[in-house]
Amino acid sequence: MFDGLLTVTVFLPAAVAVLVALFARGENANRQIRWIAIGATVVTFALTVLIFAGYDRAIGGVQMIDYFERWIPVDALRSSYILGVDGLSAPLVLLTGLLGMAAAFASWRINTRVREYFLWLLLLETAVLGVFMSLDLLLFFIFFEFELIPMYMLIAIWGSGRPRYSAMKFVLFTLAGGAFMLIGILAIYVTPGVNTLAMVSIPELGITGIPELIAAADLVIPAALIFGFFFIAFAIKLPLWPLHSWLPDAHTDAPTAVSVMLAGVLLKMAGYGLLRINLGFFQETRGFTIHDVAGALAILAATSVIYGGIVTVRQTDMKRLIAFSSVSHMGFVLLGVAAIGGSKADTSPAGLNGAALQMFTHGTITGLAFLMVGLSYDRTHTRHIPHLGGLWKKMPLIAIFFVIAGFGSLGLPALSGFVAEIMVFLGTFSVWPWPTGVAAFGVVLAAGYTLWMVQRVFFGARPANPGLSDEIYDRLDDANWVDMVPVIALAAPIFIIGIWPSVITDVFDIGIKAVLR
Amino acid sequence: MTAQDFWVISPQIAMALLALVVVSVDLVTRSMAKVSAVALTGLAAPLVLTLNLWYGWFGDPATGPALFGTVEADRFSLFFNFLLITVTAGTVLASTKYIASDRMKDYGGEFVALVLFSVTGMMLLVSATELITIYVALELTALPVVALAAIHRTRQAVEAGTKFFVLSAISSAILLYGFAYIYGYTGSTNLDVILERLAVLPTQAGVPFGSYAVLLAVIMIVAGFGFKMAVVPFQMWVPDVYQGAPTPVAAFLSVASKSAAFAVIMRIMYSAFGEPGLMQDWSGLFAILAAVSMTVGNMLALSQSNIKRLLGYSTIAQAGYVLVGVASVPANQIGATFAGAGAQGVLYYLAGYAFTNLAVFFAVIAITSRTGDDSIAGLNGLIKRSPLLASLLVFGLLSLLGMPPTVGFMAKVVVFGSALNANLAWLAVIGVVNTVIAAYYYLRVIRAIVFEDPVDTSPIKSDVPVLVATGVAAVGAGVLGIAPFLLLEFARSALSILPDL
Repeated sequence: MFDGLLTVTVFLPAAVAVLVALFARGENANRQIRWIAIGATVVTFALTVLIFAGYDRAIGGVQMIDYFERWIPVDALRSSYILGVDGLSAPLVLLTGLLGMAAAFASWRINTRVREYFLWLLLLETAVLGVFMSLDLLLFFIFFEFELIPMYMLIAIWGSGRPRYSAMKFVLFTLAGGAFMLIGILAIYVTPGVNTLAMVSIPELGITGIPELIAAADLVIPAALIFGFFFIAFAIKLPLWPLHSWLPDAHTDAPTAVSVMLAGVLLKMAGYGLLRINLGFFQETRGFTIHDVAGALAILAATSVIYGGIVTVRQTDMKRLIAFSSVSHMGFVLLGVAAIGGSKADTSPAGLNGAALQMFTHGTITGLAFLMVGLSYDRTHTRHIPHLGGLWKKMPLIAIFFVIAGFGSLGLPALSGFVAEIMVFLGTFSVWPWPTGVAAFGVVLAAGYTLWMVQRVFFGARPANPGLSDEIYDRLDDANWVDMVPVIALAAPIFIIGIWPSVITDVFDIGIKAVLR
Repeated sequence: MTAQDFWVISPQIAMALLALVVVSVDLVTRSMAKVSAVALTGLAAPLVLTLNLWYGWFGDPATGPALFGTVEADRFSLFFNFLLITVTAGTVLASTKYIASDRMKDYGGEFVALVLFSVTGMMLLVSATELITIYVALELTALPVVALAAIHRTRQAVEAGTKFFVLSAISSAILLYGFAYIYGYTGSTNLDVILERLAVLPTQAGVPFGSYAVLLAVIMIVAGFGFKMAVVPFQMWVPDVYQGAPTPVAAFLSVASKSAAFAVIMRIMYSAFGEPGLMQDWSGLFAILAAVSMTVGNMLALSQSNIKRLLGYSTIAQAGYVLVGVASVPANQIGATFAGAGAQGVLYYLAGYAFTNLAVFFAVIAITSRTGDDSIAGLNGLIKRSPLLASLLVFGLLSLLGMPPTVGFMAKVVVFGSALNANLAWLAVIGVVNTVIAAYYYLRVIRAIVFEDPVDTSPIKSDVPVLVATGVAAVGAGVLGIAPFLLLEFARSALSILPDL
């Protein structure tokens, strides 16, 4: 079975990237490269819309499969090339297409080493799309790790502050997590009775996936340990307290578009992994189930939410502030996962759906927030909050959309953040009342740090020296249309999902039900 | 000599004749370009003869034993013949400009001829099925390399040559001692006969390999080949020789010599000591060597400042990863389908490593031949001086590191997978931890290339032949990583000689 649509979508950005790197020459090369790269991401976005819209909700299951069986024909590791989307991955594929396009537009102002920059940015998009579409564990792992090289280059070359330090930290953290995950993958594969790398069952192809097979198998190393290996890898990526310390550095030093991709989609690879692998595989393994640790997950999640929130309040750098708020918000994803409860009877699908939706909404909201910080920084050349003030007079459009991102982030009703968080709270509260109750304070903290930042940066009076000099302040201008394309693209879903959440949740629901079996 | 004998060793004969032709051509012309061209075209002869043995183009494939059962042209040896011929072609191509340089032009022909003689020895080595033949082939492999290492006659080069000579002589002596024990115990030097005799000879319970004589013999044989495979604790010659010898020689040594040694050790272990009980014992031995090799090689590489020395330590660590595959015999026999997976991984790893390491070494040749500086700092800002060369070098290093989707990653996954399969989970874990440690020093080199500012900003103009060789090797490493099935199916068919496959 080879549908082809997914393969084309995954490799289109990479193919364009390589062609551009090799063939764009001449005086206007930089201009051409920009437009070709943006064009490629627009086409990719169109394809992801096609995938999302084309996913038949009435049928469910895995659709649009690309399958090449003998990709690694070794008995010790038979890996197949399987791409496919289901209810869990289809919305995330859409999110990647959307943010990939936004990131390309937001890279408009990159002027150094343009050819290389777009090469890496497009390769990054290919890697992330591959992660969400791969249904073979090894293929998933390859895409999961492949994303490191582009990210390293993008942060280290085009970053600010201490870019090389931050990029290296990011790589080492993720590599360490990846090493654990690889051991977990191999351990599952060599277990007698499993001997497959298929992440889900695909009846059309006669493939029985790991979730079905692992239940009856005696794993070669304890299931709890394998669960732990995957969990560490995803906890680093999510990131979960206390493994989060790479994130603020990477975000702060990365260029705007890369922060958008990092917060918007790369962190979601971890949430996706938690749902697909940690939840999907370990519901009824011998000697261990995810139910055993659900309470611990809830407590970890609540800790991360509160810790992230408290640290965020103390930040004075706008980018660092939003980065830390991601630690807090991604904690909600894990909190939603914990809604699996202490036993099968306790499971709250609403919480799990909330976790999935929180990934999508956080992608758009935080992506938008980073975009707005980037636009503001391009003009003021500072992100230090005490140096700013009264910017709304000079750039009202930027201020308005910043406020929208802020309201989305603190969970204002009618915006998408509210829907996701209320689903997580309602779902998980019935299962874990105490951790959920504590985590709810995260929303209060979010209101605090968001409103306080917006108030200090855009409203209020301009601070005296050493604030923004009059010279710079007088020359501040508002966003132009190229700047606004990605802004609108990310702001629209925040409203749409806030008012009409079922456009996304219906699809996620199909995926979650399949994962829960 | 019958016609059968002739066909079976025809690739080796062709390779030896080619070496003689190169020496003769060198007498007639002073143009090193012509010598290289003759050698490169001439390599078609052994290649075609090997293909003939695989596919049987000129009549039935004349496989099977020849020369009184001392050599065999089975798929296993043919696989390595392909690999060795490819590596030789790459080495000769990348050395084109090097042998035409001022200090080399008087010995250019000899350089190429010595490489070809050494390869003849290796091709014989991978085909040999008898201990004396293995020994003779091994000496033919090693002696030309001594001359190659010392060819510059500088202090450093002579030291490298002498070191290699002495250590290779010692290792041969140890190896012969081991062979002598085997002969004394079983009364035969033929690998298949040894297998039969060992099966019927009485064994002592509780002693590894059933008897102390065999235990001692196996340890000595492994030690003897350990020098060639460059595994710890037999690795001490590697960094000095790599640093002192001309870079093309180091490239050749790191790939060809190592592959041949792995081929012959696998053949000896799987055929002479192929009893399931014995397999368990030598698997344990190789597992320990693998763990030590990976860890020590990587630890010592961390602090190196010379790129050739760093690559020397890196090959030691890489040999450790290959040994993981050698050690991964299916000890627990989880279903017959899993047999030989480790061996398949070894072949895949060696071939993938060959492409990767050649890409790295050739890029280093291209750079150091221009800058004359082989410290890591000499690579600073290479991306600004030669973007193409720098990209190829970075790609090669990423493959050595084991970054997806390169062949280095796939090969590691396959050997670690076989290790888990063979109940060697601890070894797989050590391997994975080691890849993370190794990332540090490979990334350090990459960082110098991509991020540091160059002292000298003049662009490096590289020669076309070496650039082609580097490019082909890098593309090979990429393609074999994205489409692993190409090589793995080939390796599976090469292993059809092993029992249970």
